Amino acid sequence: MKKYIAFFRLRFAMGLQYRSAALAGMVTQFVWGAMEILVFRAFYEADAAAFPMSLEATASYIWMQQAFLAFFMVYFMENELFDAIKDGNVAYELCRPIRIYDMWFARSIANRSSRAALRCIPILLVAAFLPKPYGISAPADLQHFLLFLLTMFLGVLAVVAFCMIVYGLAFFTISPEGLRIFFYSVTEFFTGAVIPLPFFPDPVRRMMEYLPFAAMQNVPLRIYSGSMTDSEMFSAVGLQVFWLVAMILFGRLLFARAERRAVVQGG
Amino acid sequence: MRKTIHLYLHYVSINVRSAMQYKLSFFLTVIGQFLVSFNVFLGVFFLFQRFSHVKGFTFSEVLLCFSIMLLEFSLAEMTARGFDCFSQMVRTGSFDRVLVRPQSLIVQVLGSRFELTRIGRMLQALVMFFYGISKSGVQWTPQKVLTLLFMLIGGTALFSGLFLIYAALCFFTLEGLEFMNVLTDGAREYGKYPLGIYGKKMLLFTTFIVPYALVQYYPLLYLLDRRTSAAYIFLPLLAVLFLLPCYGLWRFGVRHYKSSGS
Repeated sequence: MKKYIAFFRLRFAMGLQYRSAALAGMVTQFVWGAMEILVFRAFYEADAAAFPMSLEATASYIWMQQAFLAFFMVYFMENELFDAIKDGNVAYELCRPIRIYDMWFARSIANRSSRAALRCIPILLVAAFLPKPYGISAPADLQHFLLFLLTMFLGVLAVVAFCMIVYGLAFFTISPEGLRIFFYSVTEFFTGAVIPLPFFPDPVRRMMEYLPFAAMQNVPLRIYSGSMTDSEMFSAVGLQVFWLVAMILFGRLLFARAERRAVVQGG
Repeated sequence: MRKTIHLYLHYVSINVRSAMQYKLSFFLTVIGQFLVSFNVFLGVFFLFQRFSHVKGFTFSEVLLCFSIMLLEFSLAEMTARGFDCFSQMVRTGSFDRVLVRPQSLIVQVLGSRFELTRIGRMLQALVMFFYGISKSGVQWTPQKVLTLLFMLIGGTALFSGLFLIYAALCFFTLEGLEFMNVLTDGAREYGKYPLGIYGKKMLLFTTFIVPYALVQYYPLLYLLDRRTSAAYIFLPLLAVLFLLPCYGLWRFGVRHYKSSGS
């Protein structure tokens, strides 16, 4: 365990070095969030009664989503890992006395955390000072906030566990670009990145909530914005844990197979 | 001119053949790209299951707007997205090689990279376009067809201009500016709704600074019979003028290019 924690710290510190990239990303995310809110405002003005949550809650949801984008975007897979699989450098990793799955898992969490750490505070600060209902509002109470932190942690683990499955598959297809865009496009919709799940018609939403993708950003963001009832929250956390375990087990299985039949590419 | 086009197509064919070496990846990429923009459509579709209209625009009207914008973007992307990796060319110094060849600089840069992902998006844009047109319920007259044609021309020119600015800025920053994505991908993403719904300030910005509204909002009003003045037909062509300052910036950049890398 110690070596994985050390590896996490190393990667985290490394990620913190990319500050100008973070600044550019922040500006982009800020504009993105603002546009998203303008869209929802237009729909809200068209028909407020059909809105599944308040406009304030929607704004909070969107700002939280932008601030912690690095945690939740399935798209942020690591090119270096794909490259390692493609050009054969993965052979070095296989020689080390570590579990490659655990190391890459630690590494992915570290990279996502450092990215989020650099970006979230400025975005949250600006959003906090925006006038109501466009800014971010505080969570309902302490219990909601703690639950938000817990589910966000579970959500990040779920995202990484899912990405690990994609890395695992890359051992079999070698060329990763296709895998990445395919899985990203499929998941984007179901995670609630396109529109938040409450905005779907109820039967569709209920079905989507059972999928592993709902265990990613959907749960923490909705708990934060206060659009889940108590019983919904607890079953959502249960589902998160279930999917997390399932995806990790499947990922490990995949890696075990991949490592057994790995063909080292390149020279 | 013919030689230039021939050269460009040759570049494309090289890129296609190299991508076809990884067939599974190629198909997944095309499907993936197709789905990415299909997701956007689904998002709009499901929102309209809940809401009957947004600021006076119905689903079929938004669909028309979205499909035209997507096609404009995809057309520009098919030709001009090669500018995306221009930062690498400047950073590694391989732009030097381009400079010494007796061919158009822009064609060489554009030909250097041609991701097949664009085919998926183009395919999706075409499907969307015909679907949007057939669902729109617009009574097509010669004037309206002309408007639509001008929208496509103006929009393609506008997005190509933005890609060109993105590349030209690399001369000075050596790095692609992520912020420019807001103006290209962001505009595609949020241009799915008529720009008027974002409020007055946004409409002013998109009329006078980066003229998206000229190829989207105003002519759309004409197509939907909300405006009748013939001036709306030719408004999209004004957006072509946007290419002039973009090309100017590019020329300026080329003249100030200092080789870097090895």
